[in-house]
Amino acid sequence: MIEQRVVAPEYLFNEAEREEQFITGSEAVREAIKRANVDMAISYPITPQSESMHLVGDIYAEGYIKEYFRGENEFAVMSSVAGAAMGGVRVFTATGGPGTLRAFEAFPTWAGARLPVVCAFMTRGINSPLSIQPDTLEMAYMLDTGIIMLHAENSQDLYDMILQAFMIAEKPDVHIPVGVFVDGFFITHTRDRVKIAPPDLKLPPYNPYSAPVPVMDMENPPIRQMRDPFVMKSNFISYAAHASWQQEILAAAERSRRHIAHYLGNLLEAENETAPVMIVASGTAVSQSREAIESARQEGLDVGLVKLKSLRPFPTEELKAMTANAKAVIVPEFNRVGWLAREVRAALEAKVKVVGGPRVFGGMTMPPDLILDEIRRCANE
Amino acid sequence: MSKDFLRISPAFEDVMPAEYRELVASGPYGKGYGISDLGSHKELLEEHPLCAGCGLALSLRLTLSVLPAPEDTVIVGSTGCSALAFPQVALHNIHSLFGNQNAVASGLKRALKLRFPDKHKDVVVVAGDGATADIGLDMVMQSWFRGELITTIMLDNEAYANTGGQESGMSPKGAVLYMAPKGKKFQKVNMPELAREAGCVYVAAVSPANPKRLGKAIKRAILVAREVGPTYVQIFAPCPTNFKFKPQETIKRIKEREKDGTYLMREYISPEAQEYLAAMEGGTKDE
Ligand SMILES: Cc1ncc(C[n+]2csc(CCOP(=O)(O)OP(=O)(O)O)c2C)c(N)n1
Ligand code: SF4
Ligand SMILES: [Mg+2]
Repeated sequence: MIEQRVVAPEYLFNEAEREEQFITGSEAVREAIKRANVDMAISYPITPQSESMHLVGDIYAEGYIKEYFRGENEFAVMSSVAGAAMGGVRVFTATGGPGTLRAFEAFPTWAGARLPVVCAFMTRGINSPLSIQPDTLEMAYMLDTGIIMLHAENSQDLYDMILQAFMIAEKPDVHIPVGVFVDGFFITHTRDRVKIAPPDLKLPPYNPYSAPVPVMDMENPPIRQMRDPFVMKSNFISYAAHASWQQEILAAAERSRRHIAHYLGNLLEAENETAPVMIVASGTAVSQSREAIESARQEGLDVGLVKLKSLRPFPTEELKAMTANAKAVIVPEFNRVGWLAREVRAALEAKVKVVGGPRVFGGMTMPPDLILDEIRRCANE
Repeated sequence: MSKDFLRISPAFEDVMPAEYRELVASGPYGKGYGISDLGSHKELLEEHPLCAGCGLALSLRLTLSVLPAPEDTVIVGSTGCSALAFPQVALHNIHSLFGNQNAVASGLKRALKLRFPDKHKDVVVVAGDGATADIGLDMVMQSWFRGELITTIMLDNEAYANTGGQESGMSPKGAVLYMAPKGKKFQKVNMPELAREAGCVYVAAVSPANPKRLGKAIKRAILVAREVGPTYVQIFAPCPTNFKFKPQETIKRIKEREKDGTYLMREYISPEAQEYLAAMEGGTKDE
């Protein structure tokens, strides 16, 4: 194994001197995992995720990770990841699009079994017809799996969020999975400036006995104990046990708020939040919105921006506060269904007009002009 | 063994359930028990909700009584009738989903190897025929292709019993079951052969009608999987409830099927496994 020095997460994230590199999103994943003190990574190819897991394989070969292999399909990989996490190691994987849906049954069980797995989702279109192009549709399906969901705007976010995700996921009062979502191709396959910590530093190791549930190693009590809890008798106690367990998973996600705030600053970021027109976005749609806002300001229009970083838990109260002065909220998205607009509408409770769009999908890029058109319409109403 | 974590803190002795106290006082951990020791100690399977005469319940009881090292054994199960017994088993055990047991076990085994490099942590998969030969077949075989050091045990009741008796790949040809109203159209899947071809270094088909043979096969399979390669044991465990025979006739049914040649008991040991076992079995009880 490569020698690295364990440092406090806060030091690695905030204090260690960072070097700026011009790298792809996939390379940013490699740099994050290199410093994440990961025990095991399990891979399966799918565009646009493959390259990042190739690079994770490379650092395994170099001695940064103890175990790495290719599984047989995404459902199997997510199952093996579950087995590894129940065995008490820090484990990482990544997938996207059809891979996410192929594995779908596993995600709620990760949350239900309190597994602190970190998975990167490089989003892409879902068949049919076959598409490998950028699209965030899969996130709509993931919203209610019980996992924490962070959405990266750029490669810097991706690098930071992956490292932060391990620390959030492993907190004993949280101990549920974290998905770090990133828009495939736009980020994975393009270069950007990313500031990274020195490669000889790494996060503290995972302590499996900090888990709120027993590790499956026959080294900790109780011995009559199964994972995940199996409660399927038809009686009231069984229903109550199941109901309270599900509530506890939700509560664990709620408790993650303060840890997300600690490591990421906040669940959202806002600019010019007193403006009458606000754009609310996540992922690369934030970057397109920034361009549109720039043009709008040149036209003398007063527009603000909310960048959502955490989607689960959802920053409802913060969003309400940041849009308190707005008469209209615009939600640009890279998918057909408009899942973010639905979330924003639910959070704002019809107190402000929510414009669901513009939306592009099927792989198209978002012309900032489309967003600008909405800004003009809202500003002139 | 030194399994200090098993001991109950004196302050809690009186509030721990009686069954748990018995387990600690006279459980099989670290004892190396076999079939003939049944009745002399507290068993790992406490009570279970499976039907009277269930071949699977009996097979599970026998299997659990011959684990070479229960104190270092973790079981991975799957959805099905046996899953209902596992909350009653005094070993760490995992129920993840229906059919993904061998994938879960692959990750678990590798994790335990990383954490306990100098110790054998036996990872044993115990699942139904539907879980093993149908919905989970790809993950079962892929774990064998990869040479995962795990033991796979199929409890073969020749149907999806837990969902009410539907046809499975392991049902005999011609069997009339739910979802095969005109009788099953194809042969019982030849899992022992598939296992051998896929890289299992030890393969056995056994039944609770011959407990000693069953015990020997389980012990061998788990020992061989520690170092030589993946292993597979198929246990014929008929289901009186869905095949509608009397609970007391389970063993008779097995013997009939064995006699008329429609259920073949067998054992395959690869040369490397043979060598390994010869060294291991030199000094141990043969049962
Ligand atoms: C994905 C999924 N599909 C179907 C089921 C329904 N199901 C639960 S148990 C079971 C049958 C299990 O059959 P087998 O593996 O042979 O075990 P047995 O009950 O016969 O011991 C089925 C079909 C499920 N739980 N999950
Ligand atoms: S249905 Fe069949 S296999 Fe299931 S518990 Fe009853 S007898 Fe056993
Ligand atoms: Mg069955």
